Amino acid sequence: MRPALLAAACLAGAALAPGPAEAAEPAAGTVVVGSKNFEESRLLAEMFAQLLEARTDLAVERRLSLAGTQVCFEALRTGAIDLYPEYTGTGLVSILGRPAEGDPAAALARVRREFLARWDLWWLAPLGFENAYEIAVPERLARAQGLATISDLARVAGRLDAGFGYEFVEREDGLPGLARVYGLAFRRVRPMQQAIKYRAAHAGEIDVLDVYTTDGRLLTHRLTVLADDRGFFPPYQAAPLVRGATLAAHPEVGTVLALLAGALDEDVMRQLNFRLQIGHEEPAAVARDALADLGLVAVASAAAGEHDAGRSDPFTVYLWMRRGELGRRTMEHLALTGAALALGIALALPLGLALERRRWLAEPVIRAVGVTQTVPSLALLAFMIPFFGVGALPAVVALWIYSLFPILRNTYTGVRDADPAAVASAWALGMTQGQLLVRVRLPLAAPVILAGIRTSAVITVGTATLAAFIGAGGLGEPIVTGLQLADTRRILSGAIPAALLALAVDGLLALVERRVRPPGPG
Amino acid sequence: MNVEASERLALVARGAVKVFEDGTRAIDGVDLAVRAGECVALVGESGSGKTTLLRLFNRTVEPTEGRVEVDGRDVGATDPVGLRRRIGFVQQEGGLLPHWTVARNVGLVPELLGWPAARRGERAAELLALVGLEPGRFAGRYPHQLSGGQRQRVAIARAIAAEPEVVLLDEPFGALDALTRRELHAELPRWRAALGATMLLVTHDLDEAFRLADRVGVMRAGRLLQTAPPTELEARPTHPYVASLLALRGGGG
Repeated sequence: MRPALLAAACLAGAALAPGPAEAAEPAAGTVVVGSKNFEESRLLAEMFAQLLEARTDLAVERRLSLAGTQVCFEALRTGAIDLYPEYTGTGLVSILGRPAEGDPAAALARVRREFLARWDLWWLAPLGFENAYEIAVPERLARAQGLATISDLARVAGRLDAGFGYEFVEREDGLPGLARVYGLAFRRVRPMQQAIKYRAAHAGEIDVLDVYTTDGRLLTHRLTVLADDRGFFPPYQAAPLVRGATLAAHPEVGTVLALLAGALDEDVMRQLNFRLQIGHEEPAAVARDALADLGLVAVASAAAGEHDAGRSDPFTVYLWMRRGELGRRTMEHLALTGAALALGIALALPLGLALERRRWLAEPVIRAVGVTQTVPSLALLAFMIPFFGVGALPAVVALWIYSLFPILRNTYTGVRDADPAAVASAWALGMTQGQLLVRVRLPLAAPVILAGIRTSAVITVGTATLAAFIGAGGLGEPIVTGLQLADTRRILSGAIPAALLALAVDGLLALVERRVRPPGPG
Repeated sequence: MNVEASERLALVARGAVKVFEDGTRAIDGVDLAVRAGECVALVGESGSGKTTLLRLFNRTVEPTEGRVEVDGRDVGATDPVGLRRRIGFVQQEGGLLPHWTVARNVGLVPELLGWPAARRGERAAELLALVGLEPGRFAGRYPHQLSGGQRQRVAIARAIAAEPEVVLLDEPFGALDALTRRELHAELPRWRAALGATMLLVTHDLDEAFRLADRVGVMRAGRLLQTAPPTELEARPTHPYVASLLALRGGGG
């Protein structure tokens, strides 16, 4: 299976080559900067990228918004990306699986030692701020109940509903450990998106939430951050995490990123995050300003340009201003979908025909392929990363696997059930098996096969929106970013074109289906 | 109505046995010889083995034991595809290719044999006229635009398009209503005369067998009980089952 997958993946890569910014392997003189899928991570990655562009001759590729720590770390470990911003506490607890350690310097030394020894990954000098998990409650609740510490919260938790981030609910340095150390037991815990939590707290739907120290929304939302009086949360110093191989090949990467050592504090980060989270500015613009303020790049000349689609513009104007990006995303989306579908047809069609000749094999094989449909799409995408890294390649492979079942099933049943009397008589009059296939069974099965391809195409167009989670771009990119920012217009600017694309593909294939339908009743 | 038949044997089965994978003994030691130009009908109940026997001759069923010959040659040693293209075949219903026009259906075997398109078209027109379908009206139609009777006329035209020496007919009129069946019964002898082919006809319908065939073979449980001209079969049945079957027929003939 592996060689076949790889071959298919290479084909897919070749198919995607004309697409924008989709070089399969970083060329010599190129570094790939990754980030997780939240604002601060994107911003720091953008700052790294711009600084490297300004101060070195390296070409920089961006793979931003990878879905969470696991995906990002795997991408780095396997060389799909060269560096990304990480937090010491996350490295210690989530990646190494060590117990939380209170002292920032000790935590840093520990992750440095172990990452270097195990994976040749280097933690460069910390950026100067910590972005820890903290627990917050609405101000009025804190006043009414007299809450100042998490220990205070534990007394009343049984009457409260909590809204926590997905990662926080699972991570050892999140809710499980916290609940144990403080004896916390909430009435209800609802996992939700970071941005949604603030709205839910504002609306009174939840009473407790996890926040990040540097979250810009703390500047505007009336929340009280509770003191971690038992020192549960480990220190989360932000630092560039870089592959040793990259530093060896391009030592200037380490030198240049060292310029950011200690350059940022919590207040600055909160302000910068505010511009992203509330102002909905582009990370590239905010990063440029931040680097200019630090005196690390030349001051940009009034670059408040095309991307600054303000909140007040009508949606159509907003779309028009983003037309360049949306066009590019649409092309990426079509390339992903087209490559996956072409590969799906290339495998499922011959396989369906082969199974028709060996019917005892058909049931088990089709059922096995059907199982792929039951794997949640996001899980399948994430599963590809250890094999194919991040970007278009793993996305195409995952979408390809998804596309197989409808085509395979319809090819098999279509050819099997093609007018048995006509097939039998043509055989009895001297058609060879090949002639029967080409002149009788395939033409008769064509509408059924095409219906399978059509189903597959629509599923693939839809699923491809999730490919943005592993850095493959496409129309999922605005959706993923919009979800992070709770920016409905941005979500719609990806979702509406994606839906239209699905309808267009469906309509186009319906026309083709009509054309291949053989004359006859029905 | 006996057509002059030569002494050359067109179809021969000797000690033919067919046991299917599920253990069914469909043919249980059959000897049959059909002279060139002769028309033999096989009658019997469903499951008596008559269709299986017919299919031995174009190798769409392989015998388990025994020898099957077409024109003196062992079919087991003949390339089945070439063999089938030399043998006409008509089945009960639905055998036409639904995505092909009537003319292309008729020209199927000529197409497989590589006849040029013009000659195929001429041949199709000629045969459609023979089976009573005006070529100008019917050549470009599709099977679903025809009645059941018209479809069977096309199937017969298709079976004889490449001038085969042998035509196998597997209940060709079985799915038609009585009136249409009678029309086709009236015309088959004429088509047969035009063609001069050897015919093996499987049917449920004793009247049909008596009307069309030179000899009738009665089958039961995989055995061929008696093969004889209709008059002799009626006069001298050699097996009680043959006698009881003929009694069912009542008058007619």
